[in-house]
Amino acid sequence: MKKSLPLGIVFFAGVVMFFQHFIPTDQSEFIYKYANDWLICIGVYAMLLGIWSLIRVTLHKARHDPNERFYAIVTLVSMGIMIVAGWDVDNLRAGSLFMNMFNYILIPVQATIFSLLAFYVASAAYRAFRARTVLATLLLFTAFVVMLRMIPLGYISELNQYLVAWILSVPNLAAKRAIIMGVGLGMMATSIKIILGIERQYLGGD
Amino acid sequence: MDRLKLIPLIVLSALLVFIINADAGAQEEAPADTAEIVKPAPPQNVRVVDNPNDNGHYLLIRWDPSPDEGKGDNDVMGYNIYRSDKPDGEYRQMGTMPVGFYEYEDGSEEEVLAGEKNLEYMEIGETYYYKLTSVTPQDVESEFTEPVSGVPTADWFHAGKLSYFIALFLYISLVLYFIKAAKSGQKLYIRPLGGIEAIDNAIGRATEMGRPILFVLGTGTASDIATIAGYTILGRVARKTAEYQIPVLVPVNEPVMMSVAQETVRNAYIEAGRPDLYDEKNIPYVTAMQFPYVAAVNGIMIREKTATNFYMGLFHAEALLLAETGATTGAIQISGTDQPSQLPFFIAATDFTLIGEELYAASAYLSGQPLLLGPLKAQDYAKALLIVIMVIGLITMTIGWSFWYDLFSTNIT
Amino acid sequence: MAKQENLFDKMMSIDRRVIYLLLGLAVIVPAIFPFDVPVATTPEVESVFHFVDSLGTGDYLFLGVDYDPSTMAELHPMTKAILSQCFSQDVKVIITALSQNGPGMVESIINEIADQYGAKNHIDYCFLGYKPYPGIVVLNMGVNFKLTFPNDYYGASLDTIPVMQGIKNYTECAGVIDVCAGNIADMWIQFGNGRYGVPLALGVTGVMASDYYPYLQSGQIFGLMPGMKGAAEYESLSGYKTTGIRSMAYQTSTHVIILAFIIISNIGWFLSRKEEKKIG
Repeated sequence: MKKSLPLGIVFFAGVVMFFQHFIPTDQSEFIYKYANDWLICIGVYAMLLGIWSLIRVTLHKARHDPNERFYAIVTLVSMGIMIVAGWDVDNLRAGSLFMNMFNYILIPVQATIFSLLAFYVASAAYRAFRARTVLATLLLFTAFVVMLRMIPLGYISELNQYLVAWILSVPNLAAKRAIIMGVGLGMMATSIKIILGIERQYLGGD
Repeated sequence: MDRLKLIPLIVLSALLVFIINADAGAQEEAPADTAEIVKPAPPQNVRVVDNPNDNGHYLLIRWDPSPDEGKGDNDVMGYNIYRSDKPDGEYRQMGTMPVGFYEYEDGSEEEVLAGEKNLEYMEIGETYYYKLTSVTPQDVESEFTEPVSGVPTADWFHAGKLSYFIALFLYISLVLYFIKAAKSGQKLYIRPLGGIEAIDNAIGRATEMGRPILFVLGTGTASDIATIAGYTILGRVARKTAEYQIPVLVPVNEPVMMSVAQETVRNAYIEAGRPDLYDEKNIPYVTAMQFPYVAAVNGIMIREKTATNFYMGLFHAEALLLAETGATTGAIQISGTDQPSQLPFFIAATDFTLIGEELYAASAYLSGQPLLLGPLKAQDYAKALLIVIMVIGLITMTIGWSFWYDLFSTNIT
Repeated sequence: MAKQENLFDKMMSIDRRVIYLLLGLAVIVPAIFPFDVPVATTPEVESVFHFVDSLGTGDYLFLGVDYDPSTMAELHPMTKAILSQCFSQDVKVIITALSQNGPGMVESIINEIADQYGAKNHIDYCFLGYKPYPGIVVLNMGVNFKLTFPNDYYGASLDTIPVMQGIKNYTECAGVIDVCAGNIADMWIQFGNGRYGVPLALGVTGVMASDYYPYLQSGQIFGLMPGMKGAAEYESLSGYKTTGIRSMAYQTSTHVIILAFIIISNIGWFLSRKEEKKIG
């Protein structure tokens, strides 16, 4: 009983939005815009819940977990400083404390984490590209050719460019399209299952 | 002596300059006189029709080129479109189209725009009148054409999406058919998936080691279908962890996702009969930013020494950053995403990967319920159908017949 | 014999910290001792360059700066090169930032490039700012900028901004170039090009590039600049050379290192297999 109301709402909303897609009238567009507005409202309220969750969990760690205490305090203090610094719209101008923290702390830190990717690609490639089977050898060869594109080797580079273009636009693209088609069908099937209430795992039921 | 030679030269050049200037002046003035008199011919055969497949706030104005287009002095550069709500009322210029375009879409659905009355707005069912002129590069405008009227009407079905609609209808019928077949007890064979079989073992391993399980729902939004597929897998994983009494940690990067994930895990614990074990603090919101999120999740992996990591949902550049950290901590890792660009990273760095549609199928596999297997079977048949359609397309297009291609083309604008 | 086997095993299981260290050196060394690397240009970047090159006084270009600090290193150079080319050709530019931290990116570029060319806010360019839900924003801007941005980023009403007079939506621009690190490019393909038919070119990160080649083939985008390589090509075409070209040296050295490690691991694998067969 507790589940039939949410499932009813899901079914109703799903069917309405399905037909909405094929009806171009004002009324239909109103429904679409109305649903989008709902999404924004839910997002705003959920953000409050999210921030509350972050504060609660971090406070809990600061109090009860000596190993995490330091990190928890750093999190809370940083959040407080950013909120105070960005409180007024005027603070968003270049040279303000908020923008300086954004430019000289947030940007370098985010860029640093992103650049770890290069190191991780190297170690993952070192482990993964090994000619264990015929297919793995093929993968190794292809990866090799594509990576050679980045190295200037004169005449070889020019020839290689065509090979790489072919690899990217023929076999790579074909495989990718096949995956995308499978994904499309899978998405539709999942949507149908959820709209019809067959898949209700997210409500806890089988 | 030399100076004397120069005199006739100076006189000659002065004369030349005078003649050239006089000639140029004459050339400038002469066409200006004629251009004022010669107007270009207006466009011909103006038609106004309802814009198809819309909400009834637009009309299409079509015309044939002016006979003067591409001709000498009074060459036509473009066409002005004027509209009025009375045949002999005041006409207002709505737009200009350059030569080469003989159709103009007029109208707007916004009655008020940025606080002001929108003059382009068009009422459904009202009659609007149009007059056109042609205009030359010298900005000389032709006479108006006779007014032509049209009535915008709303359409109740988008005809351009017909092929979508039919395809969707067929697919839904197929899904419903197989659900019915499954309900009536028909055995449906589905191929085994390595990643799915590994899930049970991975949870068992965490139990033996007495360490928590990490479940990452990706960096999509709560409403992405890949994320929704992630919830369904999370539900099944959470149920097993409740039975085995090990915590499942789900740090999320979107507040709505947090609410749904909390609800999913809570319900799974209730279903498993262990609501007492549920702890909301295990499913925290971390941050909406991609790389700070990576830092937080990697921190959890290293500090909590998670035995098993699941990555199920929509992933971007963080896929390898998470998976490679997990590989170094020695966790068993099972990943699944529908993002083709992140799949190679997951395949290289995790133990098992659910590729694309397998992510969507996972929940059905895990439950083993015939009702959920029905749609999987439908997908296989739909795929077979797609292959047939594509092969026919390939053959007909190679021969040079386009009817098959046209049959499937859509007009969604 | 045993000693040799150890060597092969070692070739196959190099400590990841060694890999990280050498890779780090491969980045740092060219940064201290830079060397020139020749850049071969590709048609997909050339078409973007020629498109911008064909614009002149009075033309409008719509520029989407839809990335965050995290991908700045990869995407900033091409945005700079495009913007500097526009300003040098007196092309008017309308800019939006549809990712959360995008406005910071736009401001940093404008501060740098606009001063160089004496381009003035509201006269030569207009920065509309950030609004959430990029799909809806792209859809709305196809009808009228005012629908989403009644005011620009600095709070001025669009009606009072000289550069925004006589231009209603982005379909009236010569084209749209979206430099992007997320899925906002999809919105531009779907709505900007798909729905409103505006000519579209993309600048994306190297990782994303292979996802967008299909759109190039189908004609939905007319150009594509993939990551740092794309930026380097664009810089060498436009002559505005900054980090894009310089970074090609690191690109080369790091790729050499990764390729070397892959070769070492495979030699180890083959030789250990051979050894096993001999023993077997």
